[in-house]
Amino acid sequence: MEEAYRKKRLDRGIKARADTIFAVASSKEMFYLLLPRALPVVGLLVLAIVLDGYRAKVLVYACMYGLLALSWDFMASCGLFSLGQSLFFGVGAYLAGAMNHYLHWPPLVTLPLASLFGGLTCAALLSTVVRLRGVYFAMVTLMLPILIMKGIETTGILGGSHGIASLSPFPNDTFATYLAVIGFLFCLFAFRRIIHSDYGLVLMAIKDDDRAVMSGGINIYWRKTQALFISGAVGAFAGAMMTHHYQFLGMSAFALDYSILPVAAVALGGQGSFAGAALVSLILVPLSEALRALGGLRIAIYCFILIGSLIVLPEGIFHYLARKYHQFERTVEVK
Amino acid sequence: MEGAPLLKVERLNKHFGGVQAISGVSFELKRGEFLGVIGPNGSGKTTLVNLITGFVKPNSGKVTYGGKNITGKMPYTIAGLGISRTFQMVRLFYNLPAYKNLIIPLCSQRVKKLRGGKYGEKDDAAIDLLDDLGFERDSFVPYKMAGSLPHGYLKRLDLARAMVLRPDVLILDELFSGMSMSEVASTLPMIEKFNEEGLTIVMIEHRLKELFRVVDRVMVLNFGQKIAEGTPQEVMQNEEVKRAYLGVDIEIS
Repeated sequence: MEEAYRKKRLDRGIKARADTIFAVASSKEMFYLLLPRALPVVGLLVLAIVLDGYRAKVLVYACMYGLLALSWDFMASCGLFSLGQSLFFGVGAYLAGAMNHYLHWPPLVTLPLASLFGGLTCAALLSTVVRLRGVYFAMVTLMLPILIMKGIETTGILGGSHGIASLSPFPNDTFATYLAVIGFLFCLFAFRRIIHSDYGLVLMAIKDDDRAVMSGGINIYWRKTQALFISGAVGAFAGAMMTHHYQFLGMSAFALDYSILPVAAVALGGQGSFAGAALVSLILVPLSEALRALGGLRIAIYCFILIGSLIVLPEGIFHYLARKYHQFERTVEVK
Repeated sequence: MEGAPLLKVERLNKHFGGVQAISGVSFELKRGEFLGVIGPNGSGKTTLVNLITGFVKPNSGKVTYGGKNITGKMPYTIAGLGISRTFQMVRLFYNLPAYKNLIIPLCSQRVKKLRGGKYGEKDDAAIDLLDDLGFERDSFVPYKMAGSLPHGYLKRLDLARAMVLRPDVLILDELFSGMSMSEVASTLPMIEKFNEEGLTIVMIEHRLKELFRVVDRVMVLNFGQKIAEGTPQEVMQNEEVKRAYLGVDIEIS
């Protein structure tokens, strides 16, 4: 008889959290829990010190894309699939740029204001179509940034197609790098916390079955609008941050790149965990920069890697890594 | 308020394309009443529930609740006003522990208002309610994944989800379908108790024996029309009802 084998998975035997009681038995277990959380924090903070010049710019860039990916993932958690994160990015950039150029407010004032009002603007714009689902909602989000971009181009307001140059920069580059890294980490851990709270439970339930949530007396459209505000504020922060960092405001803030790359990052990283989106943004952006030397082939190779990893790891890189971290795997004979 | 109807449905009409799902149905419900709704498959019972609870908008007609016109309002508004429902096909979140299913309605404005502006400890409230409905806390049933529970528990979980909102009117859409005899026997007294405590209940059911034991009044639907209304005895004497339940006009010689 032919012998057959199968893979058997076993959870690592640690039950650290029983609803409200935290009980960790040993320092080994503490390390086991702490490592995946501390690693990105320490890693990024160290990178922010070590890197300078061009490399620091790439790190900031990666954090900005990471923020957009996080905001995409947050919207997707309540069933809003967007193809227009560039709307959030662009609105934030233009708000911050305009406040700085016309009112001469410093970056530290424009940044929080642009995040807040960017979130409000995006939530107000998209709340009109919040009843649309799936691909219909995605279509509108795809069109809105193009609409605004064309509006700016044809009317010539806010610098028109030339943009506005020489905006005030951050006090220094290290400050900017730290701001980007801390903003990114804060957003990552805050989103993970929100989604595991009762508030997040309701959001995820809306995605699963909105009729069941409605019969629970919950105004799902208001909840979705709130999620849009949170996502919008994060995206707008990224846009405002970029504008001041590059000291330039232009229509490129509404470019399709800012919509597509976050979706790719979430698709590769695994939806719903935020960590996946964050992790992959930190890989994809430097990878894309590294391939720059290859010229025209760059996009082809980039696409090849994207498609390849989607086929090999459809569950997402983060879910794969988490499984490897939390479970033993061994081969057992099938009897 | 004694005497005035709590829920009033007037000449409700709904068609899906060429199919007249509900045509000209009117009825009234007094506070504390227990109404049974019966009818053959496809007679429009579930559509009637969907029309009252706002999941489907009527083509014409009017639904009044506590003197307020609620026709065509959103389902969450109607649930917030105190009309709760269960679903024939239970709509639950199977990848969550049973009690977490109740956290969602516990986050609603209605619950906040009923508790005097505070949500309080939601987990405790959910588990207490489930314990009352026979989810044995001591054997950790409320903590089990909803997807791992047997069908009878899922039906009761759906009932609990509706009861969390502390409704004034509870609409049960075939709660007992798929339940075993013993599950029905243990659930029925709970429903009766709710009614004795003053809850107004509309119960759609195919299990007539159990239904007739508890209801005050029965309404019979066939092809979207109300064909009879009255006490269980009156309704079962009705020739048209007999015909509807036996199917076609057959002459028995």
